[in-house]
Amino acid sequence: MLPEVQTISTPTNKIPEKVISVKNLKKAFGTNVVLKDFNLELHEGENVVVLGKSGSGKSVLIKCIIGLLEPDEGIVEVLGQNVTDLSLDELDRLRANIGFLFQSNALYDSMTVRENLEFPLRRHWMQVTQQEVNKMVTEALENVHLAHTIDMMPAELSGGMRKRIALARTLILAPKIILYDEPTTGIDPITGKEISELMIEIGEKYNTSALIISHDMKCIKLTADRIVVLFDGKCYATGTWTELERSKDKNVKQFFE
Amino acid sequence: MYIPQTWKSFFLEAGEISSFTGRFFSQFFKPRHEFREFIRQCYIIGYQSLPLIGLTGFIMGLVLTIQLRPSLTQYGVESQLPSMISVAVIRELGPVITALIFAGKIGSSIGAELGSMKVTEQIDAMEVSGTNPFKYLVVTRVLATTLMLPVLVMLSDAISLYGSYLGVNIRAVTSLSLFYSQAVDILTFGDVLPAFIKTFFFGFAIGIIGCYKGYYSSKGTEGVGRSANSAVVVSSIMVFVIDLVAVQITDILNLN
Repeated sequence: MLPEVQTISTPTNKIPEKVISVKNLKKAFGTNVVLKDFNLELHEGENVVVLGKSGSGKSVLIKCIIGLLEPDEGIVEVLGQNVTDLSLDELDRLRANIGFLFQSNALYDSMTVRENLEFPLRRHWMQVTQQEVNKMVTEALENVHLAHTIDMMPAELSGGMRKRIALARTLILAPKIILYDEPTTGIDPITGKEISELMIEIGEKYNTSALIISHDMKCIKLTADRIVVLFDGKCYATGTWTELERSKDKNVKQFFE
Repeated sequence: MYIPQTWKSFFLEAGEISSFTGRFFSQFFKPRHEFREFIRQCYIIGYQSLPLIGLTGFIMGLVLTIQLRPSLTQYGVESQLPSMISVAVIRELGPVITALIFAGKIGSSIGAELGSMKVTEQIDAMEVSGTNPFKYLVVTRVLATTLMLPVLVMLSDAISLYGSYLGVNIRAVTSLSLFYSQAVDILTFGDVLPAFIKTFFFGFAIGIIGCYKGYYSSKGTEGVGRSANSAVVVSSIMVFVIDLVAVQITDILNLN
């Protein structure tokens, strides 16, 4: 029998505004129940990491949050709007405030770096002029220190560079929330550290909230204000790195060993 | 009632392709229309296929002429060579062979492109970027294949007849104007129009099947290869099925 959610964090006086609220989320694929009664809150300016084993439903969770998957049960509220109740147009408007860094980067192979970055801008902000687009693309690339790659194709870039370009594309709409799906998976530890530091730098510069899906403990230690342990489809434990590191629970401990 | 698994899979897939086609029509009329992407696809699907289609058309006309000549000589009707080639190419060989080449080149490329976009989450990224991926990827490609194949078939027919003209001139001498008048005078409304109309259906089927196979690709890179392969196989079979239906319809309408 699994214990109830363990809240190990210490209470603070000021509670910032909630930007994401997930209540009793359930998602199954056929008979395989991936998430059951999952609860999560993300506050303004906060970086929350969802930690769990591979295949535990972490990516399913953020895909439910951004509306790519429809939950079977439960409520997913983003910036005060219930994602499941929104029409496609309303969902598109909401998505303009959410950045999503895909695990595979999801850069469009047939487009240059510039076109990749312009794509979400042209789609969400149709009134923007070419001069403004150029300025925003350059700024986003400078943020990830890759301004020189503007006319290159994704296939010409290294794994770490592709990740940074994907991050720049995520940033270009100046989102309030960024969802990171395993941002350091598949890249070397040094580049992984650079990406993690970049995530912190971006969060501080643009005051974004971040929900990070990861099982890379180095990245988690660097980026997490709070960690949520996803185990058996539920929010099993929550707390800061230091708090969870001291936990005696074997299901929590196994991640920190 | 016992239904074998292969039949179940067949009917299931046929149902899914029908539903995918229904979705195409429902999305086609809704704004926002992706005109720029449609033009880009016309360029890729139409213009970039031209060298291959032209070459196969030329060889088809030339080979057909060389192979048909001995039989016609035997019956003493060698002079009818341009007319026979013209009817065979315009009515049947041009549309079907061009469509099969097109299915091989474009069907597989659409299946592989959308399949790899699916497995690398590019389709999800598009959706997150405020784009309807079905409209952007599927509607534009299907429209482009539907409109470009008839144009390619017309060009292929013309190149094929030119190949035939050169073939005739290997063993005999004929002028281009004489060859042209012999090839064109034989053609009737019933030869040209049904053959032209069916190419739209060929193009539509190739586009829809390529997009369907790619859009629902799964199982990683292995799935991408499988999507590309089955896009070619299924769309080639569909070309023959549509051709069979078309010939029945023209027969009923006394256009044969």
